[in-house]
Amino acid sequence: MSATLLSGAVLIAQILLVLAMACAAWRVLRGPRAQDRVLALDALYVNAAMLLLVFGIRSGSTHYFEAALLIALLGFVATAALSKFLMRGEVIE
Amino acid sequence: MNDLPLWAAIPVTLLLLFGSALALIGSIGLVNLRSFYARVHAPTLGTTLGIGSILLASMLYFSVLRTRFVLHELLMAVFIVLSTPVTLMLLTRAALYRDQREGSSEVPAVLPSDPPEKEVP
Amino acid sequence: MRRLLPYPAMAVAMLLLWLLLNDGVSVGGVLLGGALALAGCAVLAALRLPRAHLRRIAILPGLLRDVAIEVARSNNAVARLILRPPRERTHQPGFVRIPLDMRSPYGLAALACILTATPGTVWVDYDSSDGTMLLHVLDLIDREEWVRIVKDRWERRLMEVFE
Repeated sequence: MSATLLSGAVLIAQILLVLAMACAAWRVLRGPRAQDRVLALDALYVNAAMLLLVFGIRSGSTHYFEAALLIALLGFVATAALSKFLMRGEVIE
Repeated sequence: MNDLPLWAAIPVTLLLLFGSALALIGSIGLVNLRSFYARVHAPTLGTTLGIGSILLASMLYFSVLRTRFVLHELLMAVFIVLSTPVTLMLLTRAALYRDQREGSSEVPAVLPSDPPEKEVP
Repeated sequence: MRRLLPYPAMAVAMLLLWLLLNDGVSVGGVLLGGALALAGCAVLAALRLPRAHLRRIAILPGLLRDVAIEVARSNNAVARLILRPPRERTHQPGFVRIPLDMRSPYGLAALACILTATPGTVWVDYDSSDGTMLLHVLDLIDREEWVRIVKDRWERRLMEVFE
């Protein structure tokens, strides 16, 4: 009973998160301006981290957690650097 | 994912569905809101309650499965809470700066006290 | 003592984070985490940050609870707004400039994080010369109302903690 409940929930959650990533990816491709793309890229990163957490629940292994943490970290650094770039046209001053 | 008691499976299920639905709504907002400054608010749904409830689901699931407290999801929660406002602030400021330089009518004009043109490379 | 351990609370927090990352407590983990926490605090001391003076820590739990309630409430409001069909969407996004009385950098950082983490509001800019901040609001109905919300709900209480 609880196994079917959980596997159904994990499946639905994965579908919803993939749809969310598709929406974000659409905005990355569509633009229209650079700041829209960066914002959507940040959302894409967070959605990917959530998808990995759900994968972790599905496989019952905590190893996915570290990958999700790394994605969140890299997403933060990337978005901060890109915002800096949009502000000044250079990343390191 | 088989030997989880029902009393734990139900909250994990609800939290997973709630979190992923919020993330999807946030991303839909990215698609259908009109302007950049309106879209800035949309992903916050996923990065606050969305990822929060998925982390909670994961914590509950692994704690019950391993019959000990698995708390390292807290680490990611702390990190997300600290990093999301920083990125959004940086990005919105950058967008405002670009729009002000182009003289867009959508944003407030540069105040006299704001740093003048000397910052332009 | 002061030289060896300039930020005791920060060192403990770093050690706890390390143990959380390891997902378990072991002798080796505590030793390595302790060494890393000392090194991290030495780096922090080299940065010469202004010291934070936390007063009235007792009101922090209530503040955190109110932040959580506010985040949940505005999640609901913003989700409803996004799911509404475009024709019926009557929200007016806009900027508000809010004069602040708070000058403590840590208090301002906390205010910025609270406002930005709440869906529907984003802290955009702070002007240190006249102490005003620029806030972007997704559904801006009444500017005066927002000035009042920010000042009464958050700024006053953060000033009690940080100033």
